[in-house]
Amino acid sequence: MAFTNEQIDRYSRQIILPNVGGKGQEKILKAKVLVIGTGGLGAPCNFYLAAAGVGTIGIVDSDNVELNNLQRQILHTTESVGTPKVASGKARLKALNPDVNVVTHHLRLDSSNILDIIKEYDIVVDGSDNFPTRYLVNDACVIAKKPLVHAGIFRYDGQIMTIVPGVGPCYRCLFPEPPPPGAVPSCQEGGILGAVAGVLGVLQANEVLKFILGAGQLLAGRMLIFNALDSTFRTVKVPKDKDCPVCSDHPTITKLIDYQEFCSLKSKNDCSIK
Amino acid sequence: MMAKVKVRIPAPLQKVTQNKQEVVAEAGNIKELIADLDKQFSGMKDRLLDESGKIRRFINFYVNDEDIRFLKQDETALSEGDEVSIIPAIAGGK
Repeated sequence: MAFTNEQIDRYSRQIILPNVGGKGQEKILKAKVLVIGTGGLGAPCNFYLAAAGVGTIGIVDSDNVELNNLQRQILHTTESVGTPKVASGKARLKALNPDVNVVTHHLRLDSSNILDIIKEYDIVVDGSDNFPTRYLVNDACVIAKKPLVHAGIFRYDGQIMTIVPGVGPCYRCLFPEPPPPGAVPSCQEGGILGAVAGVLGVLQANEVLKFILGAGQLLAGRMLIFNALDSTFRTVKVPKDKDCPVCSDHPTITKLIDYQEFCSLKSKNDCSIK
Repeated sequence: MMAKVKVRIPAPLQKVTQNKQEVVAEAGNIKELIADLDKQFSGMKDRLLDESGKIRRFINFYVNDEDIRFLKQDETALSEGDEVSIIPAIAGGK
């Protein structure tokens, strides 16, 4: 692949890195990454992927930009309030790096559309904000054998792990079933510091770039836990569950499930485990 | 054998611990630890266990960095100085 002078200049600081070089940059430019959600996690993740020159970035979001998003969803601007997040996201990413082909998916993922969407991509990033989507994405990625970078945030806590189907554990090896409706906060009503979302979203981008480059150790088989108040990172082991309902040799879940949405505004004021 | 251990409390349970994110418990195993936490912080047990007394499927316990589901579940023994982490599934991202 021949780089333009502009590309050599733009990516020079990473091309000189061990593990990258011209070959690595070529891999990045040819990579196709799907980022689900353009919110607290998806926004910073998208920015770094686009900046690094990821060739195709698919962005999925059904929402419009709201003013209260801007405290953390740095992909969007004050002017973009009221417009679809995928449009606003695409405009910002193209402005940052015109090399990137940004594909917008202005929809809500469900069991009927997710497999068709993820099949076009090399790796998936989950930056969604609710359990039904997270379990849907995990199960779809296991079924389609797509690597998945999962992260979740709540208040000052963050969790991230990378799922490589067929090799390491999946999200259901860690948490076999979603909590029953109303049992656990699954939404932003608990509050979030923008920088916490930023830390986790950037870690997701870092996992994606390592995956593309084949460099270092992915967070597979382990989960990294961030606590913003202590400024600590801890890692716990995540073994593959031989009885996992979706990724074991004898799965009990063989088709996708549309769990009911259980984060409603009604539960706004109570975000603790009940 | 009772052991004194540090327990890390996740954000969604800190309401029960008066906003403490780290507490100390004395217990020989995880089952006793849950009982001790419930004694110190009323209501903790109901949040951690389901109606049948099993640890809820969306909450994991780690002794140091090991998931007790892959050790001896709630019979997993504790030693002095162990660090127990309670880690629930969290879904926020927006």
